[in-house]
Amino acid sequence: MTSLATLAAADGAATAATGITAYAWLLVALPMLGAAVLLLGGRATDKWGPLFATAMSWAAFVVGAIIWISMVGRDPGARAASLHLFSWVPAGSFNVDAGMLVDQLSVTFVLLVTFVGSLIHVYSLGYMEHDPDKRRFFAYLNLFVAAMLLLVLADSYLLLYVGWEGVGLASYLLIGFWNHNPAYATAANKAFVVNRVGDFGLSVAIMIMFAAFGTVSFAGVQQAAQGGAGEGVLTAIGLMLLLGACGKSAQFPLQSWLGDAMAGPTPVSALIHAATMVTAGVYLVVRSGFIFHGAPNAQLVVVIVGAITLLFGAVVGCAKDDIKKALAASTMSQIGYMMLAAGLGPVGAAFAIFHLLTHGFFKAGMFLGAGSVMHGMNDQVDMRRFGGLSGAMKITWVTFGLGWLAILGVPPFSGFWSKDKIIEAAFIGEGWRPWVFGLTALIGAGITAFYMSRLFFMTFHGKKRWTDDVHPHESPRTMTVPMMVLAVGSALLGLVLSIGGTFTHWLEPITGSHGEEHPVLSVPVITILTLVLVIGGIALAWMRYWRDSVPVAQPTGSLATRAARRDLYQDDVNEGVFMRPGLHLTRALVFADNRGVDGGFGGLAALVGGTSSRLRRLQNGFARSYALTMLAGVVVILGALWVIQ
Amino acid sequence: MTNFPWLTVIGLIPLIGAAVVAALPAGVTDRAKHIALGVSVVTLVMGIAAALQFENKSGTQFQLAEQHEWIPQFGVSYAVGVDGIALVMILMALVLTPVCILAAWRDVPEGGKREKNYFALMLALETFMVGVFAATDVFLFYVFFEAMLIPVYFLIGSYGGPRRQYAAVKFLLFSLAGGLVMLVGVLALYHYGPGGSDGFLVSKLTGLHLGTTPERLMFVAFFFAFAVKAPMWPVHTWLPDASTEARPATAVLLVGVLDKVGTFGMIRFCLQLFPEASRWATPVVLVLAVISILYGALLAIGQTDLMRLIAYTSVSHFGFIVLGIFAFTTTGAAGSTLYMLNHGFSTAALFLVGAMLVARRGSKRIPDFGGWQRVTPGLAGVFLVAGLSGLALPGLSSFVSEFLVLVGTFQRYKFAAVVATAGIVLAALYILLMYKRMMTGPKPELEGPVRDISLREKIVVAPLIAAFVVLGFYPKPALDMLNPAVSKTLQYVGVSDPTPTSADGSTK
Repeated sequence: MTSLATLAAADGAATAATGITAYAWLLVALPMLGAAVLLLGGRATDKWGPLFATAMSWAAFVVGAIIWISMVGRDPGARAASLHLFSWVPAGSFNVDAGMLVDQLSVTFVLLVTFVGSLIHVYSLGYMEHDPDKRRFFAYLNLFVAAMLLLVLADSYLLLYVGWEGVGLASYLLIGFWNHNPAYATAANKAFVVNRVGDFGLSVAIMIMFAAFGTVSFAGVQQAAQGGAGEGVLTAIGLMLLLGACGKSAQFPLQSWLGDAMAGPTPVSALIHAATMVTAGVYLVVRSGFIFHGAPNAQLVVVIVGAITLLFGAVVGCAKDDIKKALAASTMSQIGYMMLAAGLGPVGAAFAIFHLLTHGFFKAGMFLGAGSVMHGMNDQVDMRRFGGLSGAMKITWVTFGLGWLAILGVPPFSGFWSKDKIIEAAFIGEGWRPWVFGLTALIGAGITAFYMSRLFFMTFHGKKRWTDDVHPHESPRTMTVPMMVLAVGSALLGLVLSIGGTFTHWLEPITGSHGEEHPVLSVPVITILTLVLVIGGIALAWMRYWRDSVPVAQPTGSLATRAARRDLYQDDVNEGVFMRPGLHLTRALVFADNRGVDGGFGGLAALVGGTSSRLRRLQNGFARSYALTMLAGVVVILGALWVIQ
Repeated sequence: MTNFPWLTVIGLIPLIGAAVVAALPAGVTDRAKHIALGVSVVTLVMGIAAALQFENKSGTQFQLAEQHEWIPQFGVSYAVGVDGIALVMILMALVLTPVCILAAWRDVPEGGKREKNYFALMLALETFMVGVFAATDVFLFYVFFEAMLIPVYFLIGSYGGPRRQYAAVKFLLFSLAGGLVMLVGVLALYHYGPGGSDGFLVSKLTGLHLGTTPERLMFVAFFFAFAVKAPMWPVHTWLPDASTEARPATAVLLVGVLDKVGTFGMIRFCLQLFPEASRWATPVVLVLAVISILYGALLAIGQTDLMRLIAYTSVSHFGFIVLGIFAFTTTGAAGSTLYMLNHGFSTAALFLVGAMLVARRGSKRIPDFGGWQRVTPGLAGVFLVAGLSGLALPGLSSFVSEFLVLVGTFQRYKFAAVVATAGIVLAALYILLMYKRMMTGPKPELEGPVRDISLREKIVVAPLIAAFVVLGFYPKPALDMLNPAVSKTLQYVGVSDPTPTSADGSTK
């Protein structure tokens, strides 16, 4: 019995969902209901709407937890369950059903999204308390949770796409939540449009799948990919999926939107632009492991993109003075780690998800901490105006500190268990690759230690550089309790899930198993090197941002600093290469359409009209009656017909 | 009830209604719109009843068919009937007419004779819309095709904006030019056909061997008329003028329904009657379709007039529809026909909500807005939903059809499909830039209070948004109607779907 079940799992087949798992659709339906009630209910729901939305999010968490428990109770080979919902798009030869795949990977995401999401709902009750549009904010949060759960629970690429753009919509709405500020509205547009460039890739990937395999469901594509599909096809699909992942996860070269996305309220930055949505690209790559497995070149590109982005984000993070933008750069860099790991295949994929999970806790915690700081500092974000806040905001300081230790990878905090494993995995392989990718990941860890310590010290330590009008104070309980819960996760989650390799074993049916492989450097050497670099980074940051005084005005800085402040000129490149030429093209076309295309016809008409202009002017008054006669004629004919027959 | 002349009755009700409304005595003209609304609702109910008689799995091409001799000397019959595509188009027209009448409630504030004529024209137009989709006789189709121009000409020319005369004449000239070319094709078709007292019946003209050159020439004659109507690049230039000068309700019927006659005609006449020529013309048509998609989108980005912008988005969307039709795959064609339905609702929402904003601001210029989300949050919300439908957001109906077109095209024409897919990025730009310019930014200083969306306006918008959501998540009822008709058409063309390229991957 057991052997049979393992075999089935190896084939990627999921059994039909039974029991509570058959109600997995509630996970999407509950927050969707919340969003619908709040949006359609209008002002009538102002009073209780936010609480209702929070309740819907927690309800989804409870359903998810019960599904998870029932899954744990089953044999590892029988854990994956599929749930058929309804026939969605039966068109011609293209036939896609709406269904859900409830397996170890999707349930992991369900728990992360609903738990962190619900905590952030609670936090927002405090953070958004005085905002006049609070109800709309909570509606969008619920919409996001529903779309994100649809994304991770979908059993086909097409349904995933719905969730994929659904979270993009929620992200757009929330980045632009305060769009009375034109810069914020622009940031929202930028996020959506850059994501659409990624979605172009996802669309094309789905088209190739259908043309090549005749199906777009995970199970069908997996079967086809493992059944001897050509490497060329798989590589094309893989690269197009990667383009989609780059858009959603702010990976190079589609990373430019994430920094601007910090225009959204801070809880949004924590939930969407740190913990969950931006990691969807990693989910996509891991979920599509069966495609990348057959396309080593595409895998290599994934690793390269991850490596570039992790350094890119880290470098940018060193120069930002805006606390949220520094955190955003860090998010980009950390997702670079995940992407790199996901590209490594079975040796890294499980750690990619593991790091995604721990990062979800510690980065969300730090963003909420940043929100708490802003709450106490009249919404200032310039770290040069912070300093010495550890005394004024003790809870924020401690919870943020735990997140800081976690992201640094200091043992025994969460990040150590996930990020160090990624660095180790990067050192596995043959030839030049392990050295390049391993060293990149290693150096990245050192830079991470520097910029995160810089951020932490500039905010909480050193001299107070506050403006006169601020009176920092600790935030209310609704905000601090979620921060404390996430801090506990930042501290312990990695350790707990690492005992006996629990988490990697849990994911093994999806990420695949691999033989004993050794990094090109021994594991203790990697660990010690990492720690040395981390301590070096902390020490450097301590000297410059704690011991020495931090100037309140931004110094000009070196060429490198200025480049990093400008996000390594990414916007300048996009503007020069795409936006400005596009603008000129559009203007030229509008001009040509009015003068050229239409002008041609206008000329033709003038020619005809010119010869008969006098006639036309004479008859102008009669034109209507003429046409009316025609109308009457038609009526009479039709009427006569009716009578005759 | 099987012998009940459903289609004739559905066509006649609004015509009688139009006559009644037009004949209203001077004292009660203010009742014109109520009667018109009532008539259009009754017509819709009859349409739904007729749809219930329709069997998706029937073997015959046309159902609810009626046929009578009309001008036997010239082979002209009064013959009507519907396949799934025609029925879906008729239902769309029947839904949009009452919505438009309600939206046009205050279009003619002076009342009186002018108002009653306005609503009478709309009802007359509904008759012709039903007729043009229901006709199964080529000549009868042509009669309706041209007759439609008359009420539209008046609706634009008498009730439109400041440049209404120019726009109406331009519309008429373009349409007449297309129609005349088609008339030559129609007459040639009869000449080459079997002749006889019912020689214009579509069924008699299907599957003929016309000879290569005549078939191609006739194809071109028909296609030209349909391309003008659709409209495709480069014969699209009448549409922005007509859309911006027409009343919004007229623009909806014009772009949402009448233009579909172009793409409908391509399927029913070009593909079915001239299959060889259709295959011959495919490369050129695909290029024009892809140009329309990108050109329409880029032009939309560059517009400053809200109504012109919406018109250009339609040029782009019609490019998608034509692309899917000429991809010759069941998926692409099902996508195109579904797109024809979804686009009707989507464009209606954009035009009508846009018009509600224009009425409040007193300007169609996009730069005259700004910050209106703070002025009319409810309208801003529905405007955004309409826009999202316009950019084919997954979860809304237009996504299903647009994606089907792309995936169906990719099966056969990979390059065209990939280039067309770039249109989704441009769509995000034209919708979101428009929304940003009109709705975001600081709250503007306005003279006097502005009312948010009213109850009447909510009733106008509600069925459209409901259609987005329902057809986005459950398009099956519509697709079940369209699929058999699509398969049949592709049988006439003589093509079958490409099989999946990766041999062992396709087996289920």
